[in-house]
Amino acid sequence: MLRPGNYKGKLIVVEGIDGSGKSTQIDLIHKWLQSQGYSVYFTEWNSSELVKSTTRLGKKEKVFTPTTFSLLQGTDFSDRWENHIQPMLKAGAIVLADRYAFTAFARDVARGVDRNWVRNLYSFATQPDLVFYFTVPLDIAVERITSSRAQIKYYEAGMDLGLSDSKITSFRLFQQRILNEYDGMAEEYGFAVIDGTLPVQQQQKIVRQQVKKALAGWEGLPSPITRTRRRRTTSMIIKEVLAEKAAKEGGEQK
Amino acid sequence: MTEPLFYGPGFPYQKIKDLPGKLIVLEGTDGIGRSTQIALLRRWLEDEGYAVSDTGLRRSPLTQPGLDAAKVGHTLGPRTLALFYATDFADRLENQIIPALKAGFIVLSDRYFFSIIARDIVRGADPQWARKVYGFALKPDLVLYLRADISTLVSRIVHGRGFNYWEAGMDIRCADNLYDSFCVYQTRLIDQFDQMAQEYGFTTIDAARPVAVVFDDLKKNISDLVRSEKI
Repeated sequence: MLRPGNYKGKLIVVEGIDGSGKSTQIDLIHKWLQSQGYSVYFTEWNSSELVKSTTRLGKKEKVFTPTTFSLLQGTDFSDRWENHIQPMLKAGAIVLADRYAFTAFARDVARGVDRNWVRNLYSFATQPDLVFYFTVPLDIAVERITSSRAQIKYYEAGMDLGLSDSKITSFRLFQQRILNEYDGMAEEYGFAVIDGTLPVQQQQKIVRQQVKKALAGWEGLPSPITRTRRRRTTSMIIKEVLAEKAAKEGGEQK
Repeated sequence: MTEPLFYGPGFPYQKIKDLPGKLIVLEGTDGIGRSTQIALLRRWLEDEGYAVSDTGLRRSPLTQPGLDAAKVGHTLGPRTLALFYATDFADRLENQIIPALKAGFIVLSDRYFFSIIARDIVRGADPQWARKVYGFALKPDLVLYLRADISTLVSRIVHGRGFNYWEAGMDIRCADNLYDSFCVYQTRLIDQFDQMAQEYGFTTIDAARPVAVVFDDLKKNISDLVRSEKI
């Protein structure tokens, strides 16, 4: 376990290998919680503005070693932790994180860094209230990734490890190592395991049940904008979608 | 060095068997005269026929643009900055220092991670956390700690480059003016160095003496090291 948070807010995290469907699920949770009137903040792995230029440079020039890759992602996480995640939790928001420290524990160790060393790096992060771990057989993940993207990226495939000259083979070997690390962590960090091969809606149903359970009796910080807690009617949904579309088109014309 | 030793797990994915070079570090606070001594040592060692590579906390090509942007805006929190510096240090260690040691060079390092963690700890980082982050760092053959008290430092700065924002720790405002902040900040740094000198076994050199005397002292220590085994 990571150190306990005891914040006013709630921290909910999704984890899993690429192609496990976790981003789809957290996106649905995000919209659902907002419509329930909660204040929600979403954060994703490797998205700090300040660290971005360095990450881009390192990836382009392929100069990362497992240690520098791990440290830079730790820097990125620390920046998001100090500036967003922790203040939002203190304020009482629900923070949804697409990947968390466990991603580093799985990937960096798969790259060859020491298990305890990387755990120390992230020892300032607190244990989430809920960690969903989406499991899929490797074949399905590979199938999803290769059919939805033009190309698997160099570091995503673990090409820096020299496992294989073929990107697909390297990707499989690397993701298998990551899977092994995740599986080993599931109990230690109390992951809620979700079968990522189930239909999207069915997974969402299970996920929402768990979120509801975690939020039972918790007040949180109400959103000043959304007050509706009831199910929306069809006409309301149509109005919303049309308004969003109009706003988007208006923006594109600029 | 030959068989490399690390402060923690090192680089488990990269088995480094043999490093015939020597890693010599000069540590100490700002304005203590490290860069002057490095220049003198380099000239002397090259005259003696050794291949020398010098390196410092100059930023690595990987992290330079990001660190520049971060410093201008002062937007990085202390822990984030600590990790960013660690990235920079690891990049230089793996891509510059270790290759030079493999090739049999004497590497003169103007500061090492000790300076970085001293700065981090003074800014509130957890001392044990900071030390463990650098578990990948190679143990130098020799750490020469140039030490002087705060009054010596002040007179060096007055007769040298003058007081500046970062060296006075004004980002954490140790006092409401540059001079007082400098004294408080540098005193705290010296405390950290003194603790590490014991813990890591630095060779402490009295840097309050004239340049030539300090140089002779450094030379003596380095001679003992490089002559103990043929490079």
